[in-house]
Amino acid sequence: MFDIERWQEIFDTIRKNKLRTFLTGLSVASGIFILVILLGFGQGMQNGIANEFEGDANNLLGVWTQVTTKEYKGLNPGRPIILSNRDYDYIESKYSDILEFKSPNLRIFNASINYKNESGAYQVQAVAPNYQQIENAEMLQGRFLNYKDDASVAKVAIISKKIREELMPNEKNPVGKELKISDLVFQIVGVFSDKGGDFDESRLYIPQSTGQRVFNRGDSLSMMYFTLKPQATFEKTLAASNKFNSEIETYLKQVHTVAPDDGSAINTFNTLENVKRFMGMMKGIKLFFWFVGICTIIAGIVGVSNIMLIIVKERTREIGVRKALGAKPWSIVWMILHEAVFVTAVSGFGGLIFSMGLLEFIGPKVEVDYVLNPSIDFNVAVTTVLLLIFAGAVAGFFPAWRAASIKPIEALRDE
Amino acid sequence: MIEIKDLHKSYKMGSNSLHVLKGLNFNIKEGELVAIMGSSGSGKSTLLNILGMLDELDEGSYTLDGVPIKNLNETKAAQYRNKFLGFIFQSFNLINYKTAVENVALPLYYQGVNRKERQEKALKYLEQVGLKEWAGHLPSELSGGQKQRVAIARALAAEPKVLMADEPTGALDSQTSYEVMDLIQKINDDGNTILVVTHEPDIADMCKRIVHLKDGVIVEDKKVDQVRASQYV
Repeated sequence: MFDIERWQEIFDTIRKNKLRTFLTGLSVASGIFILVILLGFGQGMQNGIANEFEGDANNLLGVWTQVTTKEYKGLNPGRPIILSNRDYDYIESKYSDILEFKSPNLRIFNASINYKNESGAYQVQAVAPNYQQIENAEMLQGRFLNYKDDASVAKVAIISKKIREELMPNEKNPVGKELKISDLVFQIVGVFSDKGGDFDESRLYIPQSTGQRVFNRGDSLSMMYFTLKPQATFEKTLAASNKFNSEIETYLKQVHTVAPDDGSAINTFNTLENVKRFMGMMKGIKLFFWFVGICTIIAGIVGVSNIMLIIVKERTREIGVRKALGAKPWSIVWMILHEAVFVTAVSGFGGLIFSMGLLEFIGPKVEVDYVLNPSIDFNVAVTTVLLLIFAGAVAGFFPAWRAASIKPIEALRDE
Repeated sequence: MIEIKDLHKSYKMGSNSLHVLKGLNFNIKEGELVAIMGSSGSGKSTLLNILGMLDELDEGSYTLDGVPIKNLNETKAAQYRNKFLGFIFQSFNLINYKTAVENVALPLYYQGVNRKERQEKALKYLEQVGLKEWAGHLPSELSGGQKQRVAIARALAAEPKVLMADEPTGALDSQTSYEVMDLIQKINDDGNTILVVTHEPDIADMCKRIVHLKDGVIVEDKKVDQVRASQYV
């Protein structure tokens, strides 16, 4: 199979027809290049979106309230609805077997925080111990809140890495130190960081009971958070989560005397729905990228076959001469195919290596929202190149075969 | 060397059939230098193409060096062409991206000769036609006469039984034509069988035998006293 003489003949031809070879190669290499970059960015977008969701628990369900917009049972619209500990306790006990993590949340916006001479305004959230899992907060030092803190209404606080850097840049380990929240002394028991970034780190956590007491909020809550235990499949989890969602919404509307069709007073969000939406969107985007990529490859194949046709046309006379000198038809076909396959293979893998190198070097440096570390499955890329080579060979075969079956006398007459 | 018996060839032109060769009979012995003459349309190129296995005959028989040439497929024809025949064309038909020596070596490539030997042989034949120092030049850098000499070297390189020249001097001025004919005569002197198709009487006179074709039949077949081209060179 390996015929050194034929290779030498091919290399001679390639060396002496640089422009032709270059153009063929370019169309193949750019096709592969575009495909790899497109697929790489498709993967990058998927990674990026997955990363955005990593910040929070994936099947998080949140409840918050606003004012009513509809009159109901003689009550005027515009009545503020406020969640309470009773609502939370009811849901917690009723759904205890399907809930995984849960936490009430009381927010105090722009509380002034002092540490020694430094001060700043941050959001204080009074939460339950489970809130660590709900926010995916990572403890850098110390611990998160526990049930004892809540039961004893302890004045303890978990600060973020950002607050530590801003208020106590010289303090390596602030655990055990004291800071003031709205002039009340709290003890720092932990430092957390959150992949959610700046927004999720501009806050500190204190126990729910402490928050309600020291800020004089009675038993009111700003929000409630729940995550459900994952089911066997995503679809089932989603169904369970939707059911839970609508049940608690109905319950809360009843308890707070809100019109069943009031879309504004009781609000819920369900990240699972978002995940599903994003996954659908990702599928669409990936499909689109594949579509564009495949179109590019088809354009590449058409380009290759076009060039092959031109090559054969251009070489008709040469083929006639070769046949007159004793070239067998198959040797003509092989000569043309061999060259086409060789050029396609070299430039295809060239484009592959170049684009993968680019992804490898540039990929990790890409810092755009929703794009993270674009990369491509090597097998997919290699398969594409092989496919292109095969297509190039098929595209080259027919003109080559036609050329080889022309009678030399006709080929020689060709001007 | 060549035996032709009752050779017929016709071409279909739409619904009409054009009878080009109407029953030719002749033999060519080894070492002959034969000119096939005739005006255009007389069928001389068709005859050469059939003898060169570039075209097929309709009726009759053709034996080349004792081998009957009949119903050849392309592969077999290619083999025979490579083994038996060397072609010299009016328009030279050199491959324009190959150097002189590479052009000469090409038939050897199809004989399966290895690269080194090809190179040596090609240089030897280029030397024979006086173009050794032009070996590395492309056809575009050569004059018409030089191109034809490269083509002759290429035809010789395969060491064929018969050389077939189709109007070898048709594209050349008379001085260069004589130089080329001088070369052809010298090659014939070495014992090679050569067929030359021409319509120029002075070129035909430089051969040893003239076969005159007219309207597809041989009207004259005579031995002539060869005019040596060297006297004009």
